Amino acid sequence: MKFLCLICAERVMEQMPETDAERHFEEYSEFTEAIRQSGHFVACNRLVPPDAATTVRVRQGKVSTVDGPYAETKEQLGGYYIIEAQALDEAIQVASRIPGAQIGCVGVRPIAEDARTLRALRLIAPDSPR
Amino acid sequence: MSEEAAERVRKMADAIYRAESRRVFATLVRLLGDFDLAEEALHDAFRAALEQWPRDGVPANPRAWLVSAGRFKAIDGIRRRARFDTIEDVAEQVDAVTDDAVPWDDEGIEDDRLRLVFTCCHPALSPDAQVALTLREVCGLTTEEIAQAFLSAAPTLAQRIVRAKAKIRDARIPYQVPTAAELPQRLDSVLRVVYLVFNEGYSASSGESLTRLDLSGEAIRLGRLLVELLPEPEAIGLLALMLLHESRREARTSPAGDLVLLDAQDRSRWSRDQIAEGSALVERALASRRFGPYTLQAAIAAVHAEAASADATDWGQIVGLYDALLRADPSPVVELNRAVAVAMHDGPAAGLALIDAILARGDLQDYRLAHAAQADLCRRLGKTAPARAAYERAIALTRQGPERRFLERRLAELPD
Repeated sequence: MKFLCLICAERVMEQMPETDAERHFEEYSEFTEAIRQSGHFVACNRLVPPDAATTVRVRQGKVSTVDGPYAETKEQLGGYYIIEAQALDEAIQVASRIPGAQIGCVGVRPIAEDARTLRALRLIAPDSPR
Repeated sequence: MSEEAAERVRKMADAIYRAESRRVFATLVRLLGDFDLAEEALHDAFRAALEQWPRDGVPANPRAWLVSAGRFKAIDGIRRRARFDTIEDVAEQVDAVTDDAVPWDDEGIEDDRLRLVFTCCHPALSPDAQVALTLREVCGLTTEEIAQAFLSAAPTLAQRIVRAKAKIRDARIPYQVPTAAELPQRLDSVLRVVYLVFNEGYSASSGESLTRLDLSGEAIRLGRLLVELLPEPEAIGLLALMLLHESRREARTSPAGDLVLLDAQDRSRWSRDQIAEGSALVERALASRRFGPYTLQAAIAAVHAEAASADATDWGQIVGLYDALLRADPSPVVELNRAVAVAMHDGPAAGLALIDAILARGDLQDYRLAHAAQADLCRRLGKTAPARAAYERAIALTRQGPERRFLERRLAELPD
């Protein structure tokens, strides 16, 4: 099953001194290569800092757009991994090796893979049996 | 079968239920993959046993019979609900449940009990939920019993258990014994739950009754189960620690229900059996050379238990053990306890200097025992005014009846 690992920290790459950022990038390269090798890797990416975030809501058909991330917290979402793991314990093991876990935290969430979701999102054909 | 024989079988079935129901449950959780399904299957299996055993006799291996009956009842249940589900869903659920590759020999069943313990104490659950779930699922206490023991409302507790089970299902907490790499951290979590249960029973944090026998007893039973299933040094150390504390239970309260401190306890009322068992376990854990904080605390308790009187206690050895404990598990509370031992070894002034330093640093300001210890040492040094102030702070922080009364008595006894 797949797990989403959300990496949150008080400082993102852009807010670090160059030498720290350089080291952090290297750590991520190594970690990502390691989980590609071990077969845990599904996808990952880094987000542009939350200054560039926009939150969109629709209420009574009206789109409202506001500046900033949807939750104002000290810790900001900086990137994510989607990993393949058998169950939570294995996902925690992989997540604990994400470099960002050392300076911030990583939220681990199972990704819904029930037939209804997969059909609705066209991740499988709408008429596929299961 | 005569009515008398049937009655005998019913009594046997009851005894088997008490001895085996949690084992059978643990295996059913693995086979059915769901706590609620397993609970329902367990009850169905025992209901079937009560119908069939008086007629056909008790099977040679009642545990295997019950697991098997539970599993078939669960399959029946899934098929009965089938009209609400699609054919494929039912086929998949029945497949999962009837997978004969999943064995249930006796060794496997012991593994299942350990799986159940580790799942209930999973660190992805909140500490409160871990405690409630362990008492409910591993110990088999009812929700009402747990609520009463923790002085909380039954609906609150029931909801906590329901949420914990949902989290296990939705967060995909696996039903397995952790790998060797994960074991130290995961075992810590299990031991913390057991010790929390014990402490809740041993020194109820609020309320009138000083000790609640049931929870301490449950914790010791859990500790024994753990040592039997996974004899790690710290599991052995924790069982030793609980037994050594428990050995003093009788002597801890006066007939009027008041608190009696260690140095004033009637040591002839300590349970020699529990002390002997606890001390032997301490030796065993220490011999492993992989021991940690629980074993060290147990070793300290063993030194107290083996002393004929408070004065005859080897305080030098106790200070040495606290030094080791501070290295293994540094905390202001351990520092405080070490300071009290230093006071016994080197005199109250030496101990008081250490406690004053801890409080001056800003640690343990809200910890009643820090102020109580400070008060006691000031009293022994004849420093009446600071003793009075410290007793007053300690009393303000103490909710438990007997402990409060003890402090109030000491305060009243201070000279003007």
